[in-house]
Amino acid sequence: MQLEETLRKRRQEKDILLMTHLVLGYPSFDVNRAIIRQMVENGVDCIEMQIPFSEPMADGPVILKANQDSIAAGTTVAACLEFGREMAASFDIPFLFMTYYNIIFKYGEERFLDAAKDAGIQGLIIPDLPPEMGGDFMAMARSRGIAPIQIFAPTSSDERMAELNGWADGFVYCAARRGVTGRKSEFGSEFNDYLVRCRRATSLPLAVGFGIQSREDVAALIGRADMAVIGSRTIRLVDEEGPGAVGPFIASLR
Amino acid sequence: MSRKGFFGNWGGAFIPEVLHQTFRQLEAEYTKARQDPSFWQEYSALMSNYSCRPTPLTYAANLSKHFGGAQIYIKREDLNHTGAHKANNVMGQGLLVKRMGKKRVIAETGAGQHGMATATMAARFGFACTIYMGEVDVRRQRPNVFWMEKMGATVVPVADGSRTLKDAINEAFRDWVTNLDDTHYVFGTACGPHPFPEMVSWFQSIIGKEAARQILEQHGRLPARVYACVGGGSNAMGIFQGFLDDDVELVGVEAGGHGIDSGMHAARLCGRDASPGVAQGYKTMFLQNDDGQMLETHSVAAGLDYVGVSPILSDLADRQRVRFESATDREVIAALDLTMRLEGIIPALESSHAFVQAFKEAPDLTADDAIIINMSGRGDKDIFTIAHAFDDPSWKAFIIARADEYRK
Repeated sequence: MQLEETLRKRRQEKDILLMTHLVLGYPSFDVNRAIIRQMVENGVDCIEMQIPFSEPMADGPVILKANQDSIAAGTTVAACLEFGREMAASFDIPFLFMTYYNIIFKYGEERFLDAAKDAGIQGLIIPDLPPEMGGDFMAMARSRGIAPIQIFAPTSSDERMAELNGWADGFVYCAARRGVTGRKSEFGSEFNDYLVRCRRATSLPLAVGFGIQSREDVAALIGRADMAVIGSRTIRLVDEEGPGAVGPFIASLR
Repeated sequence: MSRKGFFGNWGGAFIPEVLHQTFRQLEAEYTKARQDPSFWQEYSALMSNYSCRPTPLTYAANLSKHFGGAQIYIKREDLNHTGAHKANNVMGQGLLVKRMGKKRVIAETGAGQHGMATATMAARFGFACTIYMGEVDVRRQRPNVFWMEKMGATVVPVADGSRTLKDAINEAFRDWVTNLDDTHYVFGTACGPHPFPEMVSWFQSIIGKEAARQILEQHGRLPARVYACVGGGSNAMGIFQGFLDDDVELVGVEAGGHGIDSGMHAARLCGRDASPGVAQGYKTMFLQNDDGQMLETHSVAAGLDYVGVSPILSDLADRQRVRFESATDREVIAALDLTMRLEGIIPALESSHAFVQAFKEAPDLTADDAIIINMSGRGDKDIFTIAHAFDDPSWKAFIIARADEYRK
């Protein structure tokens, strides 16, 4: 409930919220720190921090490479949890962990949830854990006040969205298109029909991600969704122009 | 909570939401095919007419005499069209693709045999075809790449991660989630999300069905033991299914690489380096570190060089229905050498792992006992690797001369 309430409160003051994403330990925790500060100072409403995994099957080349480089540089799950604690204590916005299920499974489901709770993490995004496989885990997360974020896809039927909504908490993440992260999406009439279906399926705030890269993309979501998710665009920006470019970019989005 | 698709603790379908509908369609089509006796008839007619089924069960008189113990029989999957058991799975999935009305197939490949079989099937059925193959494997299996391209497939070298089979699988999944409306992912082994482990094993069961009948005809009774190499596990599942309910010992042989204690191997079910995990859509024993990051694997045989293993085999290991052993790269070359010289048969490097363990155990059995080795594929595709391993001087001279010719 905590995450949903926070987002609703923020949403009363803004047309659309911004959620940003970064891969922990890429290019380093120091740079992560600098980027997060700029994101928060420029009005980001929520941040998903990806704990790297060697087999990120839902991610495109940019995030895939960031995962691999981070692991190669020695990033551990323990260091990610500790960094999450530091961020949640430093900034007054909700922080989420995004990762693949094996990271949590291997750490131990309860042990991970306890550590995340203790660090002040408010939600989890796990793209390879559908409720059929992770129902018990999701119930355990909710009982600790951590929202197991559900994902809608354009291929999800109305019936399936209703089923997912039964597990949802915090907000619902709507993938804007088929495919992996990091490529441009077309926001045409088919996309708008899809968002209408998403809106009908849940009363929770709607976040839209995959391929959102510019002020125009964000503006196109106003009135249709509650939160725009900026993913690989910031990673590419940091790769090309350094962490200093993140603040102005975020400020330009709304 | 649905436990469908689980084998004991293992299996499941850990898939992104975007694939949910596609898997439902696939499962429905697969279930329909299994319940329709005409499907298996069509499948086995196709395999006898287009491939070479039933493949022979060859009595290896010279090897039997050499070891002086059990009578050694070899199940000849090398005589399938494209030279390996992979064709069994691929042609079966091809028939399903036709039923689903899809027009494009994609596949991962390690040794290149599965990619080769998929490219063949796509040519025959008129599908567009893209094959993902780790860069390392592209280099060590160049002849298969040549044939795939000649049959009209696009071969995409994968430069991510360890640049081997698991990375090719990730990349194929990325293609699939993008193009799922018209594309089917022809998964090559008895791994991955449900229904792949069960479905691939079903198509491969044709090996065991034939072998069980053939050994009774030739030896008069069931074998004492059956040996199969285990990469993902599809050839092993194929032959084991012919004997699961019988008093036959089943032995799976994994890649021991430089040795089970060297850290340079691909042994998931024997040895101590693997632990339970969830990756590539399913739960099984993976070679991974304490954080759950997958490790580099090593084998002289590209087809066995993989971090995971069939969830069905993990369950059979738990239930101690299958015994798992490993063979080192060096032992594999020796067994291959002996088989070529004594029988005039060239097993693939993958299959040679099964020969190693059978040779170790044959002397302990009696002449009344029969053992079957599943020869999952032929070795002539490995000519570059095998010639290199044998350090063959005349082959090297040939390559140098041919390279000089191309340079002109």
